[in-house]
Amino acid sequence: MPMPQSYSRAPRRGKNVKKGVQFTVMVVGASGTGRTTFVNTLCNKHLLDHYRDANDAENAHTEHDVNIRAINTELDGESTRISLTVVDTPGFGDMLDNEESFTKILGYLERQYDEVLSEESRIKRNPRFRDNRVHAVLYFILPTGHGLRELDIELMCRLAPRANVIPVIGKSDTLTPDELALNKRLIMEDIEHYRIPIYNFPYDIEEDDDETVEENADLRRKLPFALVGSEEVETFDDGSTIRVRTFPWGTVEVDNPDHCDFSALRSALLETHLADLKDITHDFLYENYRTEKLSRSVNSGSHAADVSIDSIDPSDLANQSVRIKEEQLRREEEKLRDIELKVQRELSEKRQELLAREEQLRSLEARLATGATPSQQSLVPSETQ
Amino acid sequence: MASVAPLSPRPAGSFSIENEQAPSVPLGGYVGFQTITDQIQKRMLQRGFEFNIMVVGQSGLGKSTFINTLFNASLLSSTGRTLPTTPIPQTTSISTTTHTLTEGPVRLHLSITDTPGFADTINNDRCWDPIVKYIKDQHSAFLRKELTAQRESRIRDTRIHCCLYFVKPRGGRGLSELDVMVLKKLADVVNVVPVIAKSDSLTLEERAEVKELIRSDFQKYGINLYPYSAPFMTDDDSAINHQIHSLIPFCVIGASSSFPHPSHPQKLIRGRRTRWGVIDVEDERHCEFVYLRNFLMVTHLYDLIDTTREVHYEGFRAKQLLALKESSAGGNAGQGQQQQPGRPSSRQALGGY
Repeated sequence: MPMPQSYSRAPRRGKNVKKGVQFTVMVVGASGTGRTTFVNTLCNKHLLDHYRDANDAENAHTEHDVNIRAINTELDGESTRISLTVVDTPGFGDMLDNEESFTKILGYLERQYDEVLSEESRIKRNPRFRDNRVHAVLYFILPTGHGLRELDIELMCRLAPRANVIPVIGKSDTLTPDELALNKRLIMEDIEHYRIPIYNFPYDIEEDDDETVEENADLRRKLPFALVGSEEVETFDDGSTIRVRTFPWGTVEVDNPDHCDFSALRSALLETHLADLKDITHDFLYENYRTEKLSRSVNSGSHAADVSIDSIDPSDLANQSVRIKEEQLRREEEKLRDIELKVQRELSEKRQELLAREEQLRSLEARLATGATPSQQSLVPSETQ
Repeated sequence: MASVAPLSPRPAGSFSIENEQAPSVPLGGYVGFQTITDQIQKRMLQRGFEFNIMVVGQSGLGKSTFINTLFNASLLSSTGRTLPTTPIPQTTSISTTTHTLTEGPVRLHLSITDTPGFADTINNDRCWDPIVKYIKDQHSAFLRKELTAQRESRIRDTRIHCCLYFVKPRGGRGLSELDVMVLKKLADVVNVVPVIAKSDSLTLEERAEVKELIRSDFQKYGINLYPYSAPFMTDDDSAINHQIHSLIPFCVIGASSSFPHPSHPQKLIRGRRTRWGVIDVEDERHCEFVYLRNFLMVTHLYDLIDTTREVHYEGFRAKQLLALKESSAGGNAGQGQQQQPGRPSSRQALGGY
């Protein structure tokens, strides 16, 4: 969806600042991996609850499904305001059998693409259409010291073609420096071995300038990001506060780059690489999805079994989009017709009602005229004033 | 003058031998049999003790490190993957290692049963089956040896005396669906002690919260954890039991290396050196390791072995022999194969796990 950057008139720019940059992040990870705390730390407010609502406390762990819930919040950065949507996925990895979880999450990602696809094909587009495509998926890994689990591998492989997947270690405050290095190495080795196409801060040594190359190489080396999250705050004598986790043996500072990679990830996600993530989502991942989907429906529509993807000519694709548009039109017409019918029905009902009321009034008047005593006058019960 | 003791059962001790036909008589002087406890001790020290412990939990929860920390020796090496080319196990397997540990005059034959692959796949339904089968198989093997006409004088005891179940702490939640299923199945056949290892990832408040949630889940799902309450227990025993139940699940930390204490360099401690502080495993303010160690080793080691015999094994034995009696009475001619249950009929009776 076009960003308001193209507007140059002053009032529009004001509007841009007020509205903010739109960015959607999905967080995926089993409970206990640090997902919820991270989101609250990133947004600097208590956006997500660890607990489910009181009604659900009874069934808190008879989770039979992944819940997907999107929450919107405003983040005020130095130069920009970000309208951040966080998509949480509680229930993932917590069930006895987790086979169904992947399809549900993948389905959500693809549904957002579908909505954009159909919106693009509309003859009359909705100016207030909200683009809910997920620009980054943060996947939370438990630092077991044994690399990735089967669940981790499967999930990242399934989601990576549809979103920028960034692996993170959610709870890194337990790890000694050696253990942290070991875990990062084992995880990256597994990612390479299973050929998982994560978002690895791509750069081109020839094309990009030195600064960009170094910045991206640095971030790539940090993968998976070792995070510590906390809503606990420590106040100093001069009134300044920092976010910490306190243990009997010491204190971890969340925003300290020597203690964890939280600040590095935050600035990459919300400042330096936000545009890149969005661009890749739109120009690459979305386009791939679009091509796959349209060629799939052409394949299933045609009777010839040997129509391969390469041999589809553009006119077929165009026909396909025309067909989609026609479908849309028809559906909208039907809706309008339904509305018309409903309105007419209501009108006639109201007319009936009015007539009935008139009748009552007339009979009342008649009775008055024939001189009924005041005490015998009975008020019509539901007479509206 | 001999005084007749009252015939009502005494509250002291659940295992004392009561005999209404033998009233207690006071002694006139020295007899000398009170040294039998020393004689028993001497005999037992000669024989040595057998202790079989099992660890159950997802890979990466700190099981091997904890065992090594508990016994202060390098006994288990982790069974998790270290190379990307190692395939991910698709089933739970059982692997037992045995060591002889000597502390003072006591020799302990320790068997540790590890369960690699437990709950490591995407679909973990029935991942506990191999574990329950293994536990029952040990009871079954012991029973078979017991029932042989020419049996060994000292049957090697491979029955699991204690099962440590490692729980993964989940923020704001108690037990997972898998935890509940497995704990219920295990608590039926073995003494289960739940443990949260790697608890240095939790602040003290988080630990208290997680314990509270997990404990209420134990109650809610009727999971019967060791130590069990017996009908005739002393007040002291009840108090200790109560204290232990208020600590379960134990929040511990494992440490494989020892190093000098930062403030007292002459003292060596076992712990972890993180970037923001030094964790001492044996410091009660840091974790509950000493409580768990005292519980397992100092106060309840013998009780674990005894309870396995008296409660779990007896229950298993009773069920098996009843089933055998029924099948041999109803099935082929009652040859009364009680002494050595023939393979086919025992398979029939013992198969229904």
